[in-house]
Amino acid sequence: MASSSSTSSTVVGTAIPAPRIIDRLPPIGTLGPLVALAVACAFFASQTSRFLAGQNFSLILQQVMVVGVVAIGQTLVILTAGIDLSCGMLMALGSIVMTKFATDLGLDPYLAIGCGLLSSTAFGYLNGALITFVKLPPFIVTLGTLNIAFAVTQIYSQSQTVSDLPDPLLFFGRTFRVGETEVTYGTVLMLALYAVGWFVLRETAVGRHVYALGNNAEATRLMGIPTQRMLRGIYTVAGLLYGIAGLLIVARTGVGDPQAGQTDNLDSITAVVLGGTSLFGGRGAILGTLVGALIVGVFRNGLTLMGVASVYQILITGILVILAVATDQLSRRRG
Amino acid sequence: MTTTAAARATSLATSASPIPVLEARGLVKRYGHVTALDGADFLLLPGEILAVIGDNGAGKSTLIKALSGAVIPDAGEILLDGKLVHFQSPLDARRQGIETVYQDLAVAPAMNIAENLFLGRELRRAGPLGSVLGMLDKRRMLSEATSHMQSLKIGIRSMKQAVETLSGGQRQGVAVARSAAFARHVVIMDEPTAALGVKEGNMVLELIRRVRDRGLPVILVSHNMPHVFEVADRIHIARLGKRSCVVNPKGISMSETVAVMTGARRPEDLPPEALA
Ligand SMILES: Nc1ncnc2c1ncn2[C@@H]1O[C@H](COP(=O)(O)OP(=O)(O)O)[C@@H](O)[C@H]1O
Ligand SMILES: [Mg+2]
Repeated sequence: MASSSSTSSTVVGTAIPAPRIIDRLPPIGTLGPLVALAVACAFFASQTSRFLAGQNFSLILQQVMVVGVVAIGQTLVILTAGIDLSCGMLMALGSIVMTKFATDLGLDPYLAIGCGLLSSTAFGYLNGALITFVKLPPFIVTLGTLNIAFAVTQIYSQSQTVSDLPDPLLFFGRTFRVGETEVTYGTVLMLALYAVGWFVLRETAVGRHVYALGNNAEATRLMGIPTQRMLRGIYTVAGLLYGIAGLLIVARTGVGDPQAGQTDNLDSITAVVLGGTSLFGGRGAILGTLVGALIVGVFRNGLTLMGVASVYQILITGILVILAVATDQLSRRRG
Repeated sequence: MTTTAAARATSLATSASPIPVLEARGLVKRYGHVTALDGADFLLLPGEILAVIGDNGAGKSTLIKALSGAVIPDAGEILLDGKLVHFQSPLDARRQGIETVYQDLAVAPAMNIAENLFLGRELRRAGPLGSVLGMLDKRRMLSEATSHMQSLKIGIRSMKQAVETLSGGQRQGVAVARSAAFARHVVIMDEPTAALGVKEGNMVLELIRRVRDRGLPVILVSHNMPHVFEVADRIHIARLGKRSCVVNPKGISMSETVAVMTGARRPEDLPPEALA
């Protein structure tokens, strides 16, 4: 096996202990969110009989679908050790552009949707360009574009809700039946996007490079990976995902709402963190984010069914986030 | 192994000068008013470990960066296998078979050993799964990583271990193994033992010899004189942005080498057997 004639058995690291069982288990970061979700479901099922109904799960998914799609983009960005504060505003901008274009301008609805997606995507590219060409920190860049996109949305819509939308804009809010339960097409789209994200991040070279970039950007560059171009690509794809979330929120509410998306940046970051992805980049998983978004959705839904006021739901979400980050930190210190 | 090295050293001495693997002539690199390289020459022969030593600021790192494509010299030329090359980036140099182990190790800590070994050079699956969907062949990467690490005798049980769970010496082992796996011409190492304890440092020296014994010449930048004298076939002494001289570790003492390095002794005054 060895080409050398040397007699010594190993060169580096003779004294490594055999991997312990605990090392072979998935890290808490992967398993924890699922356990938390299961516990939350069990708890609410024991508190109220309405929680377990199929229709209720469908409702939770619908409530989660918009922030769920935003959180896919946020996960990509956070994996690169970045952050995107502009996501909710890019979503609102996209939804206003597509609804105004389809109604006021009388554009073909599909073309209008395309324009809406394009405007969010362009802002995403702008984020990436400012971060890579001008070398500004993501936090500052996206704080800036958050305000710009918000202002553009308000100016263009004159802060008016856009209604009387043509059918194609509402498609993803429609439902089909699975047995007793009504499922929206938007939910299916969200799950499909998660599946694509999971595949790309896990199974392709580009996906692995996203992790490498978040782990050690300089090392990734030295290995010949075009890190700056990748970053621009990631912020751009994130922008497109916010545009898709814009289409979903239009379909769900039936209107183009310029006030939408104001809490989606923090909500999506909450989902990402609850899902076990590290804010320092390079660690985490996209399906964790889905679980994280579901945890928030289940808590809101369950507490509402129990008649708990919404301020308490926010309080509990805050506690959950801190718990999630704390467990993450502790599990890293293990070993 | 020591016999191979000795045999190679004598064959180098006796045979009519072989074509250098890597050669540089009159390299100049200025940073504003600072001249980091001031007409530096460089010569690497096939199958040797060439140590590069010099005081702080002597231009070692800049020389190494020019040879690995990380710095573009203002003047001078670089020849690979006797042919003129112009590296525009580290990727350029890597494409030509020059691999560098950087001082700060350039690994992704949360990723596993196999992923680090193949970072940027991932293997895809055969058929449309690979060519259309871009799916990685994780199994093949794991098995190739395992056999490669075994052939270098780096004792790590699982290639699925995250690099951050390894000791400093093992991490260095991963970085060296990656370079050795993909280098076709030259492996460059910048201070590979600097951050290691005595035992791990010796393990890495052994690993460097193993790489050389596979026929790959190694450029070793180091401050550690005992390490340099232990493994180097020849020693390039950098001083004031130039090559002061190249010495033969078997014909010169450590203290004399240090004297040349610091300028206390002129290379012209060295006895002929000291020079290489
Ligand atoms: N990027 C840089 N910018 C400005 N000066 C530099 C840069 N790199 C090296 N130098 C200067 O060039 C000289 C040689 O540096 P270097 O090649 O790092 O030497 P060594 O590695 O031998 O210590 C030093 O005076 C150093 O300060
Ligand atoms: Mg240096």
